[in-house]
Parts: sequence; C-alpha cells; structure tokens
Amino acid sequence: MDCAPLPVIDPADEPLVIGGESFRSRLFVGTGKYATLAQMAEALALSGTECVTVAIRRVSLDGSGGPSLLDFVDRARYRILPNTAGCFDAATAVRTAVLARELLDTKRVKLEVLGDARTLLPDPLGTLEATRELVRQGFDVWVYTSDDPRLACHLAEAGATAIMPAGSPIGSGQGVLNPNAIRILMELVEVPVIVDAGVGTASDVAIAMELGVEGVLLNSGIALAREPLRMAAAMRDACRAGRQAFLAGRIPRRLHANASSPEGGLIASVLRPVPGSTALAGE
Amino acid sequence: MRVLVNGVERELAPGTTVAGLLAELGLARAAVAVERNRVLVPRAEQAVTALAEGDRIELVTLVGGG
Repeated sequence: MDCAPLPVIDPADEPLVIGGESFRSRLFVGTGKYATLAQMAEALALSGTECVTVAIRRVSLDGSGGPSLLDFVDRARYRILPNTAGCFDAATAVRTAVLARELLDTKRVKLEVLGDARTLLPDPLGTLEATRELVRQGFDVWVYTSDDPRLACHLAEAGATAIMPAGSPIGSGQGVLNPNAIRILMELVEVPVIVDAGVGTASDVAIAMELGVEGVLLNSGIALAREPLRMAAAMRDACRAGRQAFLAGRIPRRLHANASSPEGGLIASVLRPVPGSTALAGE
Repeated sequence: MRVLVNGVERELAPGTTVAGLLAELGLARAAVAVERNRVLVPRAEQAVTALAEGDRIELVTLVGGG
C-alpha cells in the first residue's frame, strides 16, 4: 500500500538574504560530475535549491562541446553562482570572474583561489587579494575559504558578501571536520556563513546546519552518490531538518540519564541501590 | 595574421574582428565570453574590435562545476 506523502510543515523561518537577494532554500548545489545533464537537471529540482554553481572553461574548438549547460538550467528557477574553481592565483581568478559576469550578467561570484591541485585547499593570501580586487570592481564575492576564523574576519573586512568555509577538502566527503572553528568563525563575522565543500552524506549537511550556518553548498555528495536523485532529496531534507533543529535549540548534553517517564507513582518494586551511594532507589 | 585562440595558433585574414572570429568558429550565437590579451571584450564591442598579429584570445563558456 502506498502511503500518502507527509505534508511539509516547516515552522516559520526567515528567508536567507545574501547580497540583497532572498533564498528560501538554504542548499546550494553544484552542476559538475553528473552522469548526464538530464540527470543533473532532475537532481537540482529534487534538491529544492534555488541557486546553482557553474564553472567557466575554454570553449571546445574541435566540435566536441556537446549541448550547453544553460539548456538544462532553468534561469527562471535557479540563480546562478559562477565560480573561479581551478584558479591558483588571484589574477586568474579575477579574470575568470570578469568573464563570468559577462556571460551571466550577474555580479555574484564564488571566489576560489586554490593553493595546489592535490589538496585544493584555498590559498589564504591569494583569496584575500582577489576578494579586495573583486569588491573594488563591484562584485558580490561569496568567498571559499578555510575554516580559519581570523582569515574569515579579514575577508569580511575586505567586503566579502558571504564567507564559505570548507567543512573538509573539496570532494573528500569527510563532512565538517572542525565544527568548533566554524562556530567561532560565525561569532566573529556578521555576513552569512555557508559551509562549502566536504559534504559526503545527509548527516554532514544536518550537522553543518545545526551549527547555525546560513546554508550549505555541495556538489560531489549528490553527483557521485550511487543514486544521485535519491541523495538530492536526502540532502534537501537534511538541510531543512538541520535548520529547524538549530532554530528549535538542542538540549544540552549530559553525562547521566534523565528519565522521560515520571519517576514517582511506580508500583511497588524491589529496592535498588544507587551506585556510589548508600541510598536506596525505588519505593 | 596569426593569433592564439585558447592556446592554439590560428591563421586569420588581416582585419578580422572578434565578432568575425566568433562567426568563423560557428560561435556567433553561443554563450561565449571573450578575452583579448587578458582584457575582456564586452559583447557590444566585439564587432568593432579588430584583432592584431600575436593576439592571445580566450573564448570561454559555462560548464558544470561546484
């Protein structure tokens, strides 16, 4: 027997506002690594995202280009966040952002200035230099960075629109490795914080959102899952669940149990010693 | 004249404009942004921007990415 789908009842939440733009979904999804563009389009729809990232690359001049990505991304439904992925110096990242703005007519850019091809860790000095230059040129800079709280302060002071610390290395699927750094980072900057990179599965998204970050950006976690469409829906639900749990406020962790059922009114029972004391428990 | 298009040398008729190059490559209506010697050539200027010997041209588009 089929069950009717559960109604989605999300208690009120503020929309996320970044650079003057409002987002109801707090999940940001990349468009890379899917088996086909049709699968990508279906995964984006299931994820519930309203903003997708794209990369900028040389046009293929040998006729091997294939269909255009934009034919599969409905611009009425999704805002597009072009990235500077693959750039290893500030100057190349800035040039890439300028080309992206020309292609998409948007001032949004996800700035990545990476240190080396093996770790793909962000280069802090190049990232700060490029942030300053792009802000000067009028971009809304969503900046990919490490989870270093002091660097995040410098990026925010440079005028970044959003700070996007990596949970763990790009595509590594290790989740949020240092939640305390992200919590401290959030205390120190006022602009929105979005965990970007490292998400492997739904619980990683929920854990990030439960920290109180404003959103999560991921790509491989969906695109490379055994079933990308199922994972897209799981990520959507995890993002929503983590956000609601953050707003609801978790109970404090405690070492010992705290009974949910009333402690009084039990039927007569055998008296039990309380470990470590001479008192007796029970009636 | 010879120019470098996306890192590949190409022989063009003297006086070819950016728009002319795009047309020659079948990209006149494609979603392509153009850089000439590291400087953006906005769409509105492509028809009046003539290429010169030794120019380095980058033609880019959108692809999937995260």
